[in-house]
Amino acid sequence: MGTLNYRVVIFLFAFVFGIVFSVPSLIQSQEGKKITLGLDLQGGLHMLLSVKTDVAVESKVKSIGTTIKYKLDDEDIIFDDLKIEDKAVKFEVLDKDDLPKVQKILQDDFKDIQVKQDGLNFTLTLSPKLIEETKKNAINQAVDTIRNRLNMYGLAEPTVAKQGTDKILVEVPGIKTQAEEQRIRELIAKAAHLQMMAVDEDRDARVNTMSKAEAKQYGDVILSDVSNPKQKYLLHSIPILDGSMLVDAKVGYDRQNNQPVINFKLNGQGAKIFGDFSGKNVGKRMAVVLDNKVYSAPVIRERIGGGSGQISGNFTPQEAHDVAIALRSGALLAPVQVEEKRSVGPSLGADSIRASMIALIIGFLSVVVFMFIYYGMAGAIANLALVANLFLILAIMSLFEATLTLPGMAGIVLTVGMAVDANVIINERIRELLHEGASITKAIEQGYNNAFTAIWDANITTLIAAVVLFAYGTGPIKGFSLTISIGILASMLTAILGTHGIYQWILPKIDKNRLNFWFGIKKGAK
Amino acid sequence: MEVFKHNQPIIGFMSNAKKFAILSLTLVIISLGLLFVKGLNYGIDFAGGTVIQVKYSGDAPIQKVREILKKTKEYQEASVTYFGSNQEIAIRTKNTSKNVDVDISDQMRKLLKDTGKLEIRSVDMVGPAVGDELREKGLMAMILSILGILAYISFRFEWRFALASVLALVHDVTISLGALALFQIDVNLPILAAILTILGYSLNDTVIVFDRIREGIRTMKSTDLSEVIDESVTRTLSRTTLTSLTTFFVVLTLYLFGGELLKGFSFTLLVGVVVGTYSSIFVASPILMWLKFSIKEFRAKEAEKLKREKEKEKMRAMYEQGTI
Repeated sequence: MGTLNYRVVIFLFAFVFGIVFSVPSLIQSQEGKKITLGLDLQGGLHMLLSVKTDVAVESKVKSIGTTIKYKLDDEDIIFDDLKIEDKAVKFEVLDKDDLPKVQKILQDDFKDIQVKQDGLNFTLTLSPKLIEETKKNAINQAVDTIRNRLNMYGLAEPTVAKQGTDKILVEVPGIKTQAEEQRIRELIAKAAHLQMMAVDEDRDARVNTMSKAEAKQYGDVILSDVSNPKQKYLLHSIPILDGSMLVDAKVGYDRQNNQPVINFKLNGQGAKIFGDFSGKNVGKRMAVVLDNKVYSAPVIRERIGGGSGQISGNFTPQEAHDVAIALRSGALLAPVQVEEKRSVGPSLGADSIRASMIALIIGFLSVVVFMFIYYGMAGAIANLALVANLFLILAIMSLFEATLTLPGMAGIVLTVGMAVDANVIINERIRELLHEGASITKAIEQGYNNAFTAIWDANITTLIAAVVLFAYGTGPIKGFSLTISIGILASMLTAILGTHGIYQWILPKIDKNRLNFWFGIKKGAK
Repeated sequence: MEVFKHNQPIIGFMSNAKKFAILSLTLVIISLGLLFVKGLNYGIDFAGGTVIQVKYSGDAPIQKVREILKKTKEYQEASVTYFGSNQEIAIRTKNTSKNVDVDISDQMRKLLKDTGKLEIRSVDMVGPAVGDELREKGLMAMILSILGILAYISFRFEWRFALASVLALVHDVTISLGALALFQIDVNLPILAAILTILGYSLNDTVIVFDRIREGIRTMKSTDLSEVIDESVTRTLSRTTLTSLTTFFVVLTLYLFGGELLKGFSFTLLVGVVVGTYSSIFVASPILMWLKFSIKEFRAKEAEKLKREKEKEKMRAMYEQGTI
């Protein structure tokens, strides 16, 4: 054996490094950093959602209506015609003497609200700044809410992240069936908007013949019952309170019929509002409304203190479980919409893994066999470098806990074909020099020298394309540019530096009379 | 083993360059024609829409599925094709739904529930806004890659080399796109990845040849460019073919065994590898010749450069010796 040189030492080190750090991924151990499989390989749901921020703005206006109503009532100010029109809250104060009080309330409690006063009529609108803030808030809140819901649902490692300025990326691995996927989608989409609304007892009798427009004139809405859509209620559109004052929601069972129900608790402020309202409205009905469906509308018998309530409907236990999660994690300020959805069933993911593994093995074997037959030992050395290259790709991806996708697998397969290109170029150069009568040492040294620029330039151009693809690609495609980039970089280490080191190491062993065995050429050196 | 002999007689590539130029031009024109007449069949990634992959436990009742969809108003336009095997079908529709909770896949599941034991294996839905964005990004990626590669090659080689290699690149990509149009392959993100890979890879062979030509210009006695090119191409023939061959092997295995999802991707690469190899020999090199690259000029410049460097060194040496 020749002397150990720095090249072969680096190569051996890289080889060992590659094997050690790719082991956790290869044996799928619990310990250590490893490669995560992309959703296209392990199955799962990928969605890009957008948020209907306009709705958030509308409900912000509505909540201002609720607050103003409460404040005015609290100060015993008499007002009329409180309604929401064109994203503005409008009301009329009946007593001129109350005006200073009203103005004080508006000044103290309603920042960033634009107030227009026309005699006794007030119009409140949101400032552009507040609208912007509300929209931004709605997106951030949706991210948090959806994340909370998926975490509470108990799935392994869901990803919920804001993407760009107005999109939400949701990735849920490990979904087993279509039905489960739909259940998760329902959980994500659920507005979980809980409202306590007063029934408009004066006009409710006419609800079945009333048009939506007419109801709106009175500041009312018509909502139907959850289990019996024909049953309609006329409700004051500005709610008594909403789910933002909720602190807890749990599944319970009705003592009478053993049906699942949801018990909820309100915070201090909510409990006070609830108590005050029920105290003042004994004998009237109050509806429990969830996502614009009336779940119940019991008659208030007495003041309800303590701030707890119950939602009963014909829930299945599963539904009750999901509704409770949604309520606990908070309402979505605005509905979400799908912009992009990619869902892969577990069986397809497994098929993809199998197919790409087969392609990798066959591709690898055909290249390895070809190299050995064509170049003899020189081919075997190249093959050794190729194996090291594969381990290095896996090791680097493991260390960064990168995601391996189906196109990423294709990238690895492609790397097998491209990494040996360097050795083909080098070996051809060496053969050329040997034919010209160079000594083995000279042929190797000069061969590497001559081949270097071509390999370098070729790799850089491929790398440029791969990097651009990484910057502009999305999802699985990023995986392709990742594996191919790592593959190219690793090949510079293994195929160029590594094999060069090996030649220098074993140089004394190379018999100049057996060039066919060593380099696959039928010619003795001169 | 040696397929290409060391003492292989030099092949007169350049004397036949015109024939190959005609062949290349014809292929490019046919490709452009195909792109113009048939057009690329944009998949949902770029056009928006939904693809649902359904697997049946037995043979897929494709006729029945088509009938059912024909009768459903929203899906009249949907196309149903076998996907990879007789058991699997792909349903493609331009429709998308914004609903999170109940979407096209749920409707489809309901519609097809009586057609047999089935499993919805994948659903890909891309809304129009995302499709537009992806198309824009894809185009941007293509342009940036070409510019980046052009910049690098001009930095490494003389400008005529750079121009010749980029023209060869355009040739390769055009023909690959033409093949996609001819076979009406769904153009999705993986195809974009394949095209960009061709951009990078088809240069590999060109670089090998050009590197050798550059070397030949410096070392060969002849000042006739076509002779230098002929000899360089002949000497690198083994390299160009063999490097392409190893890549061709793996791409072919991907095409044959990599599964239906990678078919379009590996097909594009197959075409790209073959065309890229051909073009580095028969397109890039002749263009170099036609661009009137002058060896004499080049050598004069090189000599000038060498002289300047030597002078500099001399100055430095003198400086170090303290004679200046």
